[in-house]
Amino acid sequence: MSDLLERIPYARFLDLRTLVSGDEITVIMPFADRLIGNPMLPALHGGSTAALLEMTAMAQVALAFPSPRLPRPINVTVAYLRTGRPMNVFARAQISRAGRRVAHVQAEAWQETRAEPIASLTAHFLLDNP
Amino acid sequence: MHDSFVDTILPQLAAGSAHTGALGFAFDGLHEGEPRIRVPWRKDLVGDPDTGVIAGGLVTTLLDHIGGLAVWTAMEEFQPIATLDLRVDYMRAARPRTNLLAQAKCYRLTPTIAFVRAWAFEEDPSDPVAAAQSAYVLNRPPTARDAAAKREATA
Repeated sequence: MSDLLERIPYARFLDLRTLVSGDEITVIMPFADRLIGNPMLPALHGGSTAALLEMTAMAQVALAFPSPRLPRPINVTVAYLRTGRPMNVFARAQISRAGRRVAHVQAEAWQETRAEPIASLTAHFLLDNP
Repeated sequence: MHDSFVDTILPQLAAGSAHTGALGFAFDGLHEGEPRIRVPWRKDLVGDPDTGVIAGGLVTTLLDHIGGLAVWTAMEEFQPIATLDLRVDYMRAARPRTNLLAQAKCYRLTPTIAFVRAWAFEEDPSDPVAAAQSAYVLNRPPTARDAAAKREATA
């Protein structure tokens, strides 16, 4: 499964690392200077955290519903809960419901403490079922 | 609007951070008062290696960022802001090997919150790849008027 994100150029750009334990994926975005969006604080660019969340959700859907084609996002909503500090970010996703064509997924990103997420995502993905 | 704001500050805000610089963002002027950012297609920004289509996460970053520019354009100055939330609808795949543009409008600016709509497209804003609706929190430094109001309230 770690192959999945390794195949995606943008996931490689963000240097995303994937851990699979059973049916759950954890994706890690190691800190790098090029992720900084606000040099004054400094803080991660919210977009890099949003991209991590979206990739995590997509990988979780791909793990649960293997298909030759990647799941395509229909829409995503990201809420920014805390400032992303210059350190590693972790993310996990949960599929709330999957029908024949659409999966509803929620994901959270955190840094030091999972109970203090820095961002959350709600997304719909189009499944590639015949 | 001051020329230096449009000619110097907005381009810096569009592309000046490490992340936006690494992604190749560039300020592309104001269009009927709305800021625009251009991002050249690059193979390391692709989200689907089978089609060469740009990653959804990059489009989200672009729409988040152009929204911030629209808020600063509406304020006619730079002040610290933070994205509260952002919803992106992906209407269609972006065309491979084609530059992507994004434009945004801050359609309501209150003393604390800015409301924004943003679009990403290749050439025609009416044929968007994706559209976003977002809200930003303004972290304005308190003005003399705010301080006076607070003194009055606590007096």
